[in-house]
Amino acid sequence: MPMPSAVTLTVNGAEVSVPQGATVAAAVAMAGQPCRVSVSGSPRGPLCGMGICFECRVRIDGRSHCRSCQILCEPGMDVKTDE
Amino acid sequence: MNQFAYDVVIVGAGIVGAACALAFAERGLRVVVVDREMVGGGATAAGMGHIVVMDDSEAQFALTRYSQRLWQKLRPQLPDDVEYEQCGTIWVAADEEEMAEVLRKQRYYRDRGVPAEVLDPSQLKDLEPNLRSGLAGGLLVPEDGVLYPPCAGRFLIEQAQKQGAKIRVGAPVVKAGGGMVQLGNGVEISGQIIVNASGSCSPGLTAGIEVRKRKGHLVITDRYPGFVHHQLVELGYLKSAHSHTSNSVAFNVQPRRTGQVLIGSSRQYGAEHKAVDQEILARMLQRAQEYMPGLGAMSAIRVWTGFRAATPDKLPLIGPWPGDRTLFLATGHEGLGITTSLGTASVLLDQITGTKPEIPFEPYLPSRAAQEYAHA
Repeated sequence: MPMPSAVTLTVNGAEVSVPQGATVAAAVAMAGQPCRVSVSGSPRGPLCGMGICFECRVRIDGRSHCRSCQILCEPGMDVKTDE
Repeated sequence: MNQFAYDVVIVGAGIVGAACALAFAERGLRVVVVDREMVGGGATAAGMGHIVVMDDSEAQFALTRYSQRLWQKLRPQLPDDVEYEQCGTIWVAADEEEMAEVLRKQRYYRDRGVPAEVLDPSQLKDLEPNLRSGLAGGLLVPEDGVLYPPCAGRFLIEQAQKQGAKIRVGAPVVKAGGGMVQLGNGVEISGQIIVNASGSCSPGLTAGIEVRKRKGHLVITDRYPGFVHHQLVELGYLKSAHSHTSNSVAFNVQPRRTGQVLIGSSRQYGAEHKAVDQEILARMLQRAQEYMPGLGAMSAIRVWTGFRAATPDKLPLIGPWPGDRTLFLATGHEGLGITTSLGTASVLLDQITGTKPEIPFEPYLPSRAAQEYAHA
């Protein structure tokens, strides 16, 4: 079977390639990062995986609080997990 | 001592009742505060929590400035969760007509010792880069601030308790006057003085007070640190706040210590239901985005409503209620109850103890309204 075409984006400046159709949450996981750090300092990542818990928020192309489990990767996306 | 269980029974544990409880208890009076629900659960919890000087009238200026000074004095004692921030207010002028109002307002404030700085469009842009371009300027009032009202109310109540005040929540008050407060469960609490501090509920306990519910909506966003630095209010707010009849919205945002942005405001008469009014909410948010387009890309996490206690002349009712020697009012603060709670308590205490007041209290006397009714 042929591999699905890859999408390349950056997570905290580092390039990550994921199959087309992968969520941003998946790309962040592949980069080995938590999605965000809570107010009390603990790392957070996708918990519900369906857009309800808001734990997977990241900054995408400068826009804060995007739910990474609900957004598909696009070429050249700039994902930051520093919030 | 005397036949009364308490010297003072305060109805309403909002921030006004809480401030009165502290002032009276500090003076050594035996105080109890009764509330049907909880401390700071009504308009206190619903409001924005600004500590502002306003100049709608000399009397409003006197009470807001006096109260702001009292908050500044109290500030070192406030716990961290009260989140008092002296962020300053910027009154935003959209056009030259509003800029003329900026200049008038600056003169008014300066003549009365309140620092106020006129901003040209580029200074405004430097201070608040997320305001839209093309605004005419603004007026920075640096001593204004914001706080988190529910925690401020709780703090005042706790301080009052340390001075011996009692708190009794959970039962509605069905009657207040004649030296007695009667609860819905039949319990009667006697007091030499009864204070009706129950905000928009106050006319239900004291027939004839002209206090009307004025509904408001607020929105709070997720955390966007640095998006806004001062409390921002459009000068058109004055037109909105003054309108007695129509539903109105105005641009008013506050930075919170958490990085969240609190977005207001709306004013409605005749809306008795607590539910969010989607049409008003949409208008309010549209107005806010006209001033700060970046708000449109933000996540709002909560929307709620509350009821201001509005009087016809925009001044609170503070003092004895004609016709009942035991009954005093501390209500009708509309959108300024957080600011003026401390001044209200001080004015009321001065009236009751016969102390020379720091500011003239005649403009707030409930008898002004009673006279109007007599001639109506």
